[in-house]
Amino acid sequence: MTLKYILKRVGVFVVTLFVISTLAFIAFSIIPGDPVTRMLGMNASEERIVEMRSELGLDKPIHTRFFKWLQSFVTGDFGKSYSYSIPVRELLSDKVLTTASLSLMAFVFVLAISMPLGLLLSRYSIISSKGAKSSFQRAIISAATALNQIIMSIPPFFTGIIITYVFGLILRFFTPGAFVPYSGNPAAFYAYLIFPALSIALPRSAMVIKLIRGSVLNEAGSDYVRTAYSRGGGQWYVLLVHIMRNALIPVINFLAMTLSDIVAGSIIIEQVFAIPGMGRLLLLSISNRDYPVVQTIVVIIASVVVILNLLADVICQYIDPRIRIT
Amino acid sequence: MLSIKNLSITFTNEFAVEAVHDVSLNIAPGERLGLVGESGSGKTMLALAISGLYPRSTTRISGEVLFNGTDILKCSSKELCRLRGKEIGMVFQEPMTSLNPLMKVGRQIEETLKMHTNTPPTRRRELALEAMESVELPDPKLTYEKYPHQLSGGQRQRAMIASAIIADPKLLIADEATTALDVTSQSQIIDLLARINERHGVAILFISHDLSVIRRLCNRVAVMHAGKIVEDSSTQAVFENPKDDYTKRLIAAIPTRDKRRRQT
Ligand SMILES: Nc1ncnc2c1ncn2[C@@H]1O[C@H](COP(=O)(O)OP(=O)(O)OP(=O)(O)O)[C@@H](O)[C@H]1O
Ligand SMILES: [Mg+2]
Repeated sequence: MTLKYILKRVGVFVVTLFVISTLAFIAFSIIPGDPVTRMLGMNASEERIVEMRSELGLDKPIHTRFFKWLQSFVTGDFGKSYSYSIPVRELLSDKVLTTASLSLMAFVFVLAISMPLGLLLSRYSIISSKGAKSSFQRAIISAATALNQIIMSIPPFFTGIIITYVFGLILRFFTPGAFVPYSGNPAAFYAYLIFPALSIALPRSAMVIKLIRGSVLNEAGSDYVRTAYSRGGGQWYVLLVHIMRNALIPVINFLAMTLSDIVAGSIIIEQVFAIPGMGRLLLLSISNRDYPVVQTIVVIIASVVVILNLLADVICQYIDPRIRIT
Repeated sequence: MLSIKNLSITFTNEFAVEAVHDVSLNIAPGERLGLVGESGSGKTMLALAISGLYPRSTTRISGEVLFNGTDILKCSSKELCRLRGKEIGMVFQEPMTSLNPLMKVGRQIEETLKMHTNTPPTRRRELALEAMESVELPDPKLTYEKYPHQLSGGQRQRAMIASAIIADPKLLIADEATTALDVTSQSQIIDLLARINERHGVAILFISHDLSVIRRLCNRVAVMHAGKIVEDSSTQAVFENPKDDYTKRLIAAIPTRDKRRRQT
């Protein structure tokens, strides 16, 4: 990987973040609603409102405000929350930890569920297309595929509600709403996140399984696979050594998208499980018109998306010599 | 060594083609047999049946394929794995897609050894370099580290041949191994196959739709037409005294210097 390539990717990264934060800033100036009236209430005096506006710099034109925000943002000063009156950095730190932990846990679940099951389903699907199969095996494959399809189409919030009901209220594996912050008790913090993470992971695992199976079956008919069999390779060997590597390329790109999706989608699941994470804070801050908080969260989410895509690109280049940049 | 008896292969899918019809064919150790026939006559299906690689789910197969006495059609998949690569090496029609694009050429060449022997990696590499040398791949040490897309079509076909012969099989099946290549590479590959046959004594089943290529390499020719073997005798006999009409037409279709002279 050359210096030129790295510079190019970093350039794209910076430009993306700039464009997204600009758009967020503009969008926020266009939509109705005003942080000052939110903060001071409906019956605040006229002078107090004017005073407050100039205190926050809201009386300046939008481009002046944007560049002022940008200037302090790049120096690491994310501003002060309007509604909580504490620095955004302080406000966000444990929320980011919570959402990051939830997202990563969900992602690990996706991998742990979809990789082995996807492989297993693919392996038996290949056998069935190669002939040596019983009607029992065929029935299992159809059933698994159908079940997968169903799980895939259930939205995470609904899975969340069902899991809360079954594991929380009936089986009492966890107490819904009894979130423990990391600083309180790390073990309890992670334990509480298990079920929300599972709700996020289930439908996405089903998608990844479907993708793996499709990709493997697609590769299984290739000439190089026939060559591998002609050298004496067994089913598992050919699947793991030859087919998998080729089949993984689309899967890796999808996984990167999935993880960005999980981070962005944590807003909903944090509501369902009453987790005070970044997603909940984002919702609150939008309705309070708390610009500094919203801008920072938007930049964080955009960075995650861009970085993950970059990571997927790098991994794919490592696997596939044809797209490798030397 | 190889004895095919009354082999028929019928597709059971919506096309219901009988790709191979009641074919009987023998190959002796060290022999070079040419199998010729037009496109779609069933040559590839016959070759795939010999190695048990025919599409099982969409075909019905009958007859026997005896390899040193064992019927390949009755082998378990484990037994088939032991035969493939070790006893029967294969080179396929499509040099561009027959190698795994994500694996180094050298690793693919030595893979046959990895599957059948306990040769340690460093020794495998040495043997792969030797095999690459013997198929005249340029600069084996460098080519070992390359990926298929970095080789030319002819070089890929040489790599395929190297991987097919590295475990010293008794039979090498080359299915249109030269069809996709230019004339020069084609004749180099043919010379190469002839030398491999002489040096290692491996029998070669050389499949082609080009009789002139087969004449250069093979001492015996079988002609296939619409799934049947219509002629099977020594190359000389087939060319001097073809019995079947279809063979006559095939021979007449070969452009030769003699004929061109006669025409002018
Ligand atoms: N999947 C399939 N379904 C139905 N028929 C098929 C299938 N594959 C091959 N066939 C038929 O089987 C017959 C033999 O095909 P085969 O590939 O053996 O021909 P070939 O002699 O190798 O031709 P070529 O010289 O073009 O390689 C053809 O008539 C073809 O149409
Ligand atoms: Mg063919």
